[in-house]
This record gives sequence, C-alpha cells and structure tokens, in this order.
Amino acid sequence: MTNFKVSVKRLFSNRTKKVNRSKTGNAMIFLFIGIIAAYSMIPLVLMVSNSLKPISELFIYPPRWFPINPTFDNFKVLFSLMSSTWVPFSRYIFNTFFVTIITTVLHILIVAHAAYPLAKHTFRGKKLINTLIMYSLMFVPVVTDIVNYMTISSLNLINTYTAMIIPNVYYTFGLFMLRNYMTTIPTTLVEAAKIDGCNELTILWKIIMPMAKPAWLTLIILMIQNMWSQANNTYVYSEKFKTLPAALSQITTGGLIRVGAGQAVGVIMLIVPATVFIVNQTKMVETMASSGIKE
Amino acid sequence: MMAPFLILFFVFTVMPVFATIIISFTDYNVLGTPNFVGWQNYINLFVHDEIFMKSLSNTMVYAVITGPVGYMLAFIVAWVLNEMGPFLRALLTFIVYVPTLSGTAYTIWNLIFDGDVYGYANSFLMSFGFIEEPIQWLTTEEYILPIIIIVQLWMSMGVGFLAMRAGFSSVDKSLYEAAAVDGVKNRFQELFYITIPAMGPHLMTAAILQITSMFANSAVSESLAGSPSTNYAGHLIIQHLSDYSSVRFQRGYASAISVILFLMMIAMNKVVLKLLNKIGR
Repeated sequence: MTNFKVSVKRLFSNRTKKVNRSKTGNAMIFLFIGIIAAYSMIPLVLMVSNSLKPISELFIYPPRWFPINPTFDNFKVLFSLMSSTWVPFSRYIFNTFFVTIITTVLHILIVAHAAYPLAKHTFRGKKLINTLIMYSLMFVPVVTDIVNYMTISSLNLINTYTAMIIPNVYYTFGLFMLRNYMTTIPTTLVEAAKIDGCNELTILWKIIMPMAKPAWLTLIILMIQNMWSQANNTYVYSEKFKTLPAALSQITTGGLIRVGAGQAVGVIMLIVPATVFIVNQTKMVETMASSGIKE
Repeated sequence: MMAPFLILFFVFTVMPVFATIIISFTDYNVLGTPNFVGWQNYINLFVHDEIFMKSLSNTMVYAVITGPVGYMLAFIVAWVLNEMGPFLRALLTFIVYVPTLSGTAYTIWNLIFDGDVYGYANSFLMSFGFIEEPIQWLTTEEYILPIIIIVQLWMSMGVGFLAMRAGFSSVDKSLYEAAAVDGVKNRFQELFYITIPAMGPHLMTAAILQITSMFANSAVSESLAGSPSTNYAGHLIIQHLSDYSSVRFQRGYASAISVILFLMMIAMNKVVLKLLNKIGR
C-alpha cells in the first residue's frame, strides 16, 4: 500500500524540472497539445455518447453531443442479438480468446529462441538474416498474401485454428525488438553462466529472459492488441471459426436500427486493449527506449 | 534454436516474395495452368489500366501527405509530451494513442461525415450558415481522399509514436544541464542540438513503422468510402490488389501489383533513411 502511495506521489511530483523554459513557450505548448487532444478525443467521445443514446435521440436535428436520457438499451439490444446467432455466441468469444492466447504464447517462445542467438552469438549468415529482417519490416504483409494462401491451402489448413495461428506467430517486429533489447544485456553475464556449466537453453530462460521482461511484456501487449482486433482472417470461411470482431461487425451491418448497437460494439472493442494499455503503459515505453535501430 | 522462427519466416515471408515475383510474369488465375507471359502484366498495368494509374496517384497523394505530416505530428507531440510532468504525460499519451488501440474505432467518422443533416459535420456547418444543404461527404469525388487523409492522420499516433516517445525519454538528462552551461538558450536549440542527434536510431525505427503502417492501411478507405468508392476517388493500390486477387482471381496480374507496391515501399524507406541519416550526423 505504501508502495502504491509512493508511486502515486511520484506521478504528481514535478521532478522533471527543466532548464531554459519560458512561460510563453509553455503556454503555446499547452495550446497545441490541447488541440491535438481534442482532435483525438472528440470522435471517441461521440462514439461513447452515441452508444448511450436511446433510439429516439439518434436521429434528431441538430444532432446532440450528449444524450438527454442516457440508457444502456444499445448494449441490451446487442446482447439479445448475440444470443440469437446461428453459431452460439460463446463460440466467437472462445475463438477470439483461444487464438489470441495461443498465438501470443507461441510468439514469445519462438521469437525468444531466435532473438537470443542473433543478439549474443556470432555465426555464419547472421548478417544476412539481420538484413532480411530489416527488409521485411519495410513492406506490407499484403504483398505475400497470394502465395501464403496457396501455401496454407496446399497444406490442407483452410478452416482450421492452425491457419489462424501459424502465420501470426513469427511477427518480425517482435523479433527485432526483443533482439535489440537483448543486445543491451551485458555479454559478461552470459560468459559467466557458461563457465558455471549452464547450457544455452538454461542461459536463455534463467538469465536472459528475466532481464528482458519489459521487452516481452511489450510484445504481449502488441500481440494481444493485434489479435484482438483481427476481424477477417482470409484462411477461414466457416462461421464456426470466426472471431468476436467478425461477428460483431456482422451484427452492426444490419441497417439503420443497428446504428446505436454499432457504437456499442465500438465501445466494447475498445475496452479490452485500452485496459491492457493503461496497465502497462510505463513498461511499454521503457522497453521502446532501448529498441532503436543500431548500426 | 532459431529453426522454428527461420522456417516460418522463410515459408511465409521470404519464399512468398520471390514466388510473387515469378507469378507476376504469368497469367495465373487459380483455375487454369499458369502460362508465362513475360512483361505483359506490367505493360497492361501502366498502359491499359486507368484505374491502376488512378490508384497509384491516389496512393502517392495520400502517402506524401499522411507520411511526412503524420511523422512530424507524432514527433512534435512526443516532444511536447516530454516537456510535461509525469501525470499529464501518461494521461495525454493515452489520449492520443487511443484512436489506434482498437481496430474499429474509426467507424465513428462515418457518423461525423454522414451525408444527411444528422451528420455532425453537416449540422455544424449548416448551423453556422456555411452551407445551405447537407453535403454527401463520402460519395462526392473531391471530398473522399481528403476525408481519408484526415482520418488517417487521426490514427497516426501508433507504434511509431510510442517509439519516438521512448526515444525522447532515453536521452541522457545530464546532457541538457551541460548544454545550458555551454550557452543553449531555449528549448528549440536544445531540441536541434542535443535531442535529435541523440535519438537518431529511434527516429529511424519510427520512420519505418510509420511508412509500413501507412501503406498497409486500406481499412479506413474501405470502411468510409466503400470499395470501390465513387469513381475510384479513394481507391488505393492495396484495394486494387485485393480486388484482383480475391474478387477477380487474376492472381498473376495481382502479383504484378504486389511487386510494384513492394518496390515502392523499399524505395520510400531507402529515401527516408538517407534523409534521416543526414539529420542524425
């Protein structure tokens, strides 16, 4: 509890007093950030306020910023629509959670094993791999979609969970970030462990990974954020395998009467990643600080 | 140890890139056997396909505006946030990042630019007398691309922005005090002489992420203006690509579009990294 109080106090203290700051400059800066914050927030405020409007208030002129009689009707409509779907709605929820969790775990495992040698060992072809990874960060995944579809279908993986998981687990930006973080860990630690008789796997899991915790925590967040909002997977057609965002977007395309419900969907889709982000914000930014590209 | 990653990386990224290049010289259409057609697909793209040229020019306009402006905006916001106290910084980071958090939040702009009097933009302009009648924002050719750009800029504070914010906080604080002693007078001198040179690598990471996410995102255009949009006014290369690959199934032709897109992105990244290298040194 005292720990918490200290961290809250630190949040409000003005420890980062800076030199060379003028009053006018500060005023300008607050004006600028105010405009940006408004640009960023107004659409979202509208989304929340529309999700709370009863249907009679959705179409009045002029449109109001805030509802007169806020209700949760839209959310109720949404939940009743959910219970009348062809595939039980719990299936969509299960699919989303299942795919998100498995992908995230596999991603961390695979990327950790690849990042460690790239960061701490020298071997032939290392430079080539690093260059390929740099290039792969530079283009849109869409470029590879056609061939990937052919690969997946020739492996008979269309309409399986595997097809939803495998193409996502090797997210190269994850490798890139984890590798850069690992290079900042002193090599002497690795050497000391080797002298004590640890094998490479023990070094990775007992020494490197605990030290790289901020990095893979960040990856978990980015991965959850990606997977959570992934609506249309090209490799899956069967309704049984569709995810929550796909189901929700189908619900909202049902015409005028669903406008309010559509805004409710937006709010629901935002809640999970927003919570994860708030909880982990400080950790995330700390990690990014050591993941710049180094020549 | 690296085997799982490397296998997946080669199967799903390296191999497809080369395969796409090969397929782009054929007339593969999913059903028939592919025949080698040489440069025909590329010739068709640039000589006969007017919609491709339209999407190319749209993408260029869109990229030239959202790229640099979004990047500068992210940079300035990250810098300004760095000037704030810890609490305001945390709060405002959340506020500007939140539009990119959810993949579907941008659908609210449909309501803002609604074509009838119930849309917020129309009712606002009408109540102040700027316009007499509601404007069909999302189906009028000249408004589509600007609206897509506005919405895309709204979402430009993404992972690249977080990388920059981290870059600012990684600069050694004692450098500023030393600089003040040495005669740095205001925050702009501090920014140009100390901060920017010190955060070079982060600026590059952010630039790469910004360029990639900019080209990758056709969801905004599809959701707001529809695909295809009125007279292809908001048509981007990515939409043209998915039109040929998953609607018309002319995969050979679609692969040629992929290759062009790929080359454009590599070229763009090269230019940007060169420029940043100059600033960094």
